[in-house]
Amino acid sequence: MSIKDLRTPLSDADVLSLKAGDRVRISGVIYTARDAAHGRLAPLVDKGQTLPIDVKGQIIYYTGPSPARPGEVIGSVGPTTASRMDKFTPALLALGLKGTIGKGYRGQPVKDALKQHKAVYFGSIGGAGAVLSEFVKKAEIVAYEDLGTEAIRRLEVEGFPAIVLYDCHGGDLYQEGQKVYARENA
Amino acid sequence: MRAIHVSAIADAVKKLCMDANWSLEPDMLRAFDRALGRERSEAGKQVLTILKQNAELARTRQIPYCQDTGMVIAFVELGQDVHVTGGGLYDAINEGVRQGYTEGYLRASIVRSPFDRVNTGDNTPAVIHVDVVPGAILKIMVMAKGGGCENRSKYVMLTPAAGLPGVKEFIIECVKTAGPDACPPLILGVGIGGTFEKAAINSKKALFRELGSPNPDATLNALEQELLERANRLGIGPQGYGGDTTAFGIHILTYPCHITSLPVAVTIECHAHRHKEVML
Repeated sequence: MSIKDLRTPLSDADVLSLKAGDRVRISGVIYTARDAAHGRLAPLVDKGQTLPIDVKGQIIYYTGPSPARPGEVIGSVGPTTASRMDKFTPALLALGLKGTIGKGYRGQPVKDALKQHKAVYFGSIGGAGAVLSEFVKKAEIVAYEDLGTEAIRRLEVEGFPAIVLYDCHGGDLYQEGQKVYARENA
Repeated sequence: MRAIHVSAIADAVKKLCMDANWSLEPDMLRAFDRALGRERSEAGKQVLTILKQNAELARTRQIPYCQDTGMVIAFVELGQDVHVTGGGLYDAINEGVRQGYTEGYLRASIVRSPFDRVNTGDNTPAVIHVDVVPGAILKIMVMAKGGGCENRSKYVMLTPAAGLPGVKEFIIECVKTAGPDACPPLILGVGIGGTFEKAAINSKKALFRELGSPNPDATLNALEQELLERANRLGIGPQGYGGDTTAFGIHILTYPCHITSLPVAVTIECHAHRHKEVML
């Protein structure tokens, strides 16, 4: 299967070309944010205030990395369960966020918002944090440093491997992949 | 009476925490190989291959296999002829966790209160279960339990009339609802019988049995095999991308229970099953 190379920021055309199950390599800047950071972004979004990062065209990676050893860029950096961020995602997509990276199922409101705002939900392999750390070339905290691992980080990634879980056309890799292997009498 | 100083306990726990997070146990590595031998899905095979590479990279670079380095769960067997000296047993275990997570560059994932959610900064405290046993031994078993899979763990109080069929359906339902969120291939620790809390504790303790080893009780062993086969027919597969390897194992521990009760607790564990033990 071919692998598509993507560079952030993503355009509508980039997103429209992606189908559930596509393998991609992401290069450029992505931002980390998980539960606590989303909790702080939400009231700013509600009030229409400026966010500490401009999400337009960007990708948010749901992860809380482990600490870097001295001289290293980052520690282990795999995805966390995305559905905990579902409550916050449609509003960020409305602001122009083009992608999220995580693992696991998401709710229908997120799927609907991906269609409406032309955005995509990528998966990286949960529990492969050591391997994934090799694709991060630079990492710096850009907001909420007091949150520790949950701070917002700006990552520069090169060829970061991911797969399209939900595309903007209603495609869902989980549904499509699992029905092939589901057997009777389970 | 045998004296064991708290510093020996803290040192042991520190090492267990670091080793568990850096180096998967051989039983896990064998499980990846067994699964690769029978997985039909290309996407599933690729996931399993990358996870094996991940294990190797984590071990050689001494970085965590998964960035979620978990909450530490310690099961301790404390011989009744052992005298812990120099301080408290629980403090010593937590000191070991503190040192292991700080010095090992492991992630601090514990908040001091479920409500204010301020990170304790050193991954303490651990959840500690102590069994007092005959003799002069001190055995410490440690698991670094990830949060994503823990969040999919479930408990039910069935009626005795629901019986074995009810237990089976509940366990399979747990695999379905865990799905990709819990990072399959999964391992299920199942506690059946006892009380509300006994079943839950047994569901954790069951996970310490070597993966791939038979349950010493032949009836339970057959039940585990039947349920594992069913779980792997669901099609969820590695990471939920579709495939034949949804679970690596299902481990059951039972306990006597009240005539009214049939408690069942299922701890969902991910493929980052990090466990180590030591006998002092």
